[in-house]
Amino acid sequence: MGKFIKKPNDLMQIDYKSPQTDWMDTPADIREHMYLHPTKAKELGAVDFPNIHEWKPADKNWNLPENWKEIVLNGIKERLQKYRSFHVFMDICVRCGACADKCHFYLGTGDPKNMPVLRAELLRSVYRKYFTTGGKIFGKAAGARELTDDVIRELWFYYYQCTECRRCSVFCPYGIDQAEITIIGRELTNLLGLQPGWIGGPVANCFMKGNHLGLEPHTIKSNIEFMLDDIETITGIKIEPTFNRKGAEILFITPSGDLFGMPGVYTAMGYLMLFHELGLDYTWSTYASEGGNFGFFTSNEMAKRLYSKIYSEAKRLGVKWILGGECGHMWRLWHQYQNTWWGPPDFMEAPVSPITGTRFEHASSAKVVHIAEFTADLIKHGRLKLDPSRNDHLKVTWHDSCNTSRGMGIFEEPRYALKNVCNHFYEMPENTIREKTFCCGSGSGINASENMELRMRGGLPRANAVKHVHDIHGVNTLANMCAIDRASLQPLVDYWVPGVQVAGLHELVANALVMKGEKERTTDLRGEPLPQKSAQKSGGKEDAKDV
Amino acid sequence: MPIRGEILHKNMNLIELLLEKKQTILKKWFDAILNTYPDDTAKFLKKQKDLFANPVGNAFYNSMQAILDELLNKANRDKLSLLLNDIIKIRAIQDFAPSQSLAFIPALKRVVREELGEKIRAAELSGELSAFDHKVDNLLLLSFDVYMNCREKIYEIKANELRNMTSKLIERANRIFDKHAQKSELEEILSESNKLNKKEVSR
Repeated sequence: MGKFIKKPNDLMQIDYKSPQTDWMDTPADIREHMYLHPTKAKELGAVDFPNIHEWKPADKNWNLPENWKEIVLNGIKERLQKYRSFHVFMDICVRCGACADKCHFYLGTGDPKNMPVLRAELLRSVYRKYFTTGGKIFGKAAGARELTDDVIRELWFYYYQCTECRRCSVFCPYGIDQAEITIIGRELTNLLGLQPGWIGGPVANCFMKGNHLGLEPHTIKSNIEFMLDDIETITGIKIEPTFNRKGAEILFITPSGDLFGMPGVYTAMGYLMLFHELGLDYTWSTYASEGGNFGFFTSNEMAKRLYSKIYSEAKRLGVKWILGGECGHMWRLWHQYQNTWWGPPDFMEAPVSPITGTRFEHASSAKVVHIAEFTADLIKHGRLKLDPSRNDHLKVTWHDSCNTSRGMGIFEEPRYALKNVCNHFYEMPENTIREKTFCCGSGSGINASENMELRMRGGLPRANAVKHVHDIHGVNTLANMCAIDRASLQPLVDYWVPGVQVAGLHELVANALVMKGEKERTTDLRGEPLPQKSAQKSGGKEDAKDV
Repeated sequence: MPIRGEILHKNMNLIELLLEKKQTILKKWFDAILNTYPDDTAKFLKKQKDLFANPVGNAFYNSMQAILDELLNKANRDKLSLLLNDIIKIRAIQDFAPSQSLAFIPALKRVVREELGEKIRAAELSGELSAFDHKVDNLLLLSFDVYMNCREKIYEIKANELRNMTSKLIERANRIFDKHAQKSELEEILSESNKLNKKEVSR
């Protein structure tokens, strides 16, 4: 915190001891650099968000609608009836504290209200007061409190200091999922028109133009053509992908960040090169052009609304199945929500790799396969010619993205692919990877610039583990398979571990991919000179030397 | 009649006294930084020894230990700067005013006096104590530099993030512009050569 947040009158009486009041008696101190700016009214209007109004997080008065209390209490009631999980999570916590020190935001901020147990208690206390007999009668003694506008401010402030990463739920003996509570808490504040711009803006863009960045069809096409020029310069191969092609076997959907942001574009170049080499019968869509879903960070209904275009487009184009790019929360949604929303689509088939014949049983309901699974299968069957020495200038570690790893259990596939395309791979410590992975600190739609300090605090435990392998093994590349990670981990490591670059899995795959008819490569996808060349080798290598 | 310990201390210099009490001083100094956090957090930061389960507490403790060692040794500026960085990098992005962030450094003077005040007086080491205070003052000045570096880094990162969001767009715009520029240059050359050809023909 760079600004003077307190002004002592007497220099001799400065007390640096933290105030020790009960949490209920300590209102949230809404501080600059820690929150997201509000959405613009026109963005909220585009997707019919309720109670659009002007407000500023740092102001005391948030201009809430007159009947705000009624709106929130009705909102809680409705959700208690609708979501059994929410009702159970409001009741069953025994305050054992197992989750308390597992949250990356608590570790980075030291603020007790970022202990998952207390973050949940912010809402539970209101639930008790209005929906339980004990809370109604005994009030504070039963852990209940009145719903005031200070409570709303507190909920809003702290529920955007949770990335819905679910690390705490791994340690909870009851399996209480703080992400579910945060999701509901955000829905409740959204009912009052308190939507952050970094989330509301992409939601409106996605609804109106098909993707978070608001790229229109011709821009998507020209962005990809721009990458094709670069690929031709590096490999000498001219690739001609198709767009919105009816009758293609596979529809490819990836986060729009891959088409525009750095270093996501290198990952997208990787997809293009891989598909070309395979001769895959696939197409891009310029309408269903977003794998991510910021609607998920506003409400369940909005998430469903934004994703409906993907199945519609798959049906319109008549594809057999959908291949998904490197995305995190896309995965949680497709495999954990899709069936509840729509059930298995009857117009597609269970995905089968046209190259290896592998049937992806786990995706037979949603009909969507993650590209890490697809590529690992290709390598396992020796269908890719790979020269991992092209990545010899990189010492790589793997960041498990919360949604794909903890949410979906995709642990081995990316590691298998990585070990086959790189010769130098090093794991971070055991309690910071796989299901215990630490979040990037910027997920769930909080990867804006105005809250950079919050992001640096939230990402501290992740960066600390990266620093460890950087110091010990000289790791200089942090690989991952999530668009938010690719965008947000770079600033994180620039602060905590300078000298580390962030890369997508398929950027490294494409570096190593020996393509038919390619010219001798002199640079990697970033235009950096390749290390000294050594003998080429085929895929299927089991273990890397340095693991 | 003085007891044996007092006689012993009379012959010790301040560095020896500090080395003798180093662990206690370190513990109290560590407590001073922990006290700037809420009680529950302070307990956690102190108790959890796993480097990855408690990155903040461990970074503080290990760096403070190394800083103390370095102060009692050569007090090398570069080494101290790096060690301070490990602590201040964290404090600079947490909920502290700059003065609060760095208050743990002058706290070392208080801790040393609390722990060794009487012995220092008995051994008449006030001159050495002034020299030690001077080192701590310099450490505080150095910490301003480190703190400012951290804050500047945050703003640099913010600027870089915005630049990265649009860098491909600008690169593409430049490439299109270059193509147009090359095209118009080519057109100019062609029209010039046409003119020349016409002149040649007319001759």
